[in-house]
Amino acid sequence: MSLDKVKLQHIAMLARLKLTDEEYAESVEKLSKIVDFVDQLSQADTTGVTPMAHPLDAVQRLRPDVVTEVDDRDRYQENAAAVSAGLYLVPKVLE
Amino acid sequence: MEMHAQTLTELAAGLEKGDFTSLELTQALLDRIAAHNDKLNAFITVTADEALAAATRADTARSKGGGGVLNGLPIIHKDIFCTRGIKTTCGSKMLDNFISPYDATVVERLADAGAVVLGKANMDEFAMGSSNETSYFGPVRNPWNLECSPGGSSGGSSASVAARFAPAATGTDTGGSIRQPAALTGTVGIKPTYGRVSRYGMIAFASSLDQAGVITRSSEDAARLLGVMAGFDERDSTSIDQPVPDYLAGIAHSIKGLRVGIVREHFDAGLEEETGKKVKEAIAVLKALGATTVEVSLPNLNLSVPTYYVVAPAECSSNLSRFDGVRFGYRAENAEDLLDLYCRSRGEGFGDEVKRRIMTGTYVLSAGYYDAYYLKAQRVRKLIADDFRKAFAEVDVIAGPTAPSPAFKLGDKVDDPIQMYLNDIYTIGANLAGLPAMSVPCGFVDKLPVGLHLVGAHFDEETLLRCAHQYQQETDWHTACPEAFK
Repeated sequence: MSLDKVKLQHIAMLARLKLTDEEYAESVEKLSKIVDFVDQLSQADTTGVTPMAHPLDAVQRLRPDVVTEVDDRDRYQENAAAVSAGLYLVPKVLE
Repeated sequence: MEMHAQTLTELAAGLEKGDFTSLELTQALLDRIAAHNDKLNAFITVTADEALAAATRADTARSKGGGGVLNGLPIIHKDIFCTRGIKTTCGSKMLDNFISPYDATVVERLADAGAVVLGKANMDEFAMGSSNETSYFGPVRNPWNLECSPGGSSGGSSASVAARFAPAATGTDTGGSIRQPAALTGTVGIKPTYGRVSRYGMIAFASSLDQAGVITRSSEDAARLLGVMAGFDERDSTSIDQPVPDYLAGIAHSIKGLRVGIVREHFDAGLEEETGKKVKEAIAVLKALGATTVEVSLPNLNLSVPTYYVVAPAECSSNLSRFDGVRFGYRAENAEDLLDLYCRSRGEGFGDEVKRRIMTGTYVLSAGYYDAYYLKAQRVRKLIADDFRKAFAEVDVIAGPTAPSPAFKLGDKVDDPIQMYLNDIYTIGANLAGLPAMSVPCGFVDKLPVGLHLVGAHFDEETLLRCAHQYQQETDWHTACPEAFK
């Protein structure tokens, strides 16, 4: 197994995912298989090859620096679980 | 011919002649969906009221001599496209409560052309899957054999079109998610060039690979729809500003002299024998139509699946970080603190495969592994793209199998991610290189459809559509209908 539970706990924390014990047990096996599978890339000779950043070698398009969005906060906030006075509510961060 | 059995092109003619109204057509298809969807589970949401209202508007526009090029024609949207005021779930518990505040560009353009949307199609969760079994709303079944998968991730779209619920459905394709389900259901599926169709309002999975397209029953119908969907959109920063040719005019031309590339590596041990035979027969038809075949080599093709399973999860882990339980989507109850809210909302809101991809992506991007996995994969991706570039210096299209076998049974591959991933071995290359590609029905093996895969040069959807259309003038595989859905 190329991955163990300790390593997976670290990755899960980076990914902000809470996993159950059963999920960890399954992930150790399945993610190890996936990592072993993608490890075959190491055999490819990529000396001097520039990593491909875009399928069409295009670069990010620039636009004029003008306001194009309208204020539609109330409509967007209809999808939020908890809002008040236009603010999104989350558990207390500062004591 | 009954309305449901007609193609989009035939229905357009029927509406134009006044054989039936859009309201009659829409009601007939809604009745059909109500009667038969239980067998397939192809829909997440049926939008009957909105569809009937849109059909009435289309009929009114027609009576006044107006209406767009798709006026009154029914379609289905994959539930990955944001639809204003209508639930947009992406096949996930995470978005089960999400009512989109805006329309995707694809949705907007089709609506502006007069299309009537019957509902939102089921799909693998966040488009991550090749069998439609990762959907929070349950698997879709294949109309050709209810024990089989319709493919994925656009499985609700492919099953709906094959079952004659609608003549066309939108789909999205990150590694084969339009073409593989099209192949497994005997429908036509096209994934255009990366950047050809706007990704605005299409829920992101892997942004350098994702592309929208359509599933239809004929190449002509695909040409008709793609002409409406394609084109520059300033709201998508990777949209490409290139003129869109008249696809419908283009398909009429002969393929005499077309250079068809055959990839040696496509017909190796991984391909089921009978499927390979059907594909070779289809290539023989292209030759009979005047095409010439040229053997080409894609030496790095065997690395396309591992490359994809680094690049796609990496981009997925970044894109899906937006789901935090705060602004929209599922929110865990009684969180202890902000971190607990994030971790539990995501842990409870995402399904197994999505979590697996996020974890894989996070791993390959994490400190100490980035160079060995992510950067390495981007280098190999360049090698694969260069292989295609060299091949297209000698040929106009590349033809081969879409999937290694016909539809597999639900449950057969779901426990082994690698087996499932290998289903996309022939389709993933086109996504990595950003090329347009298409699947066309080319026969049956054990009463299950097989697809011919055509890949074209950048921005040359026209040649794919033409090649497929000319093939469909000589063959009738695309008109076959599953017995239970005639």
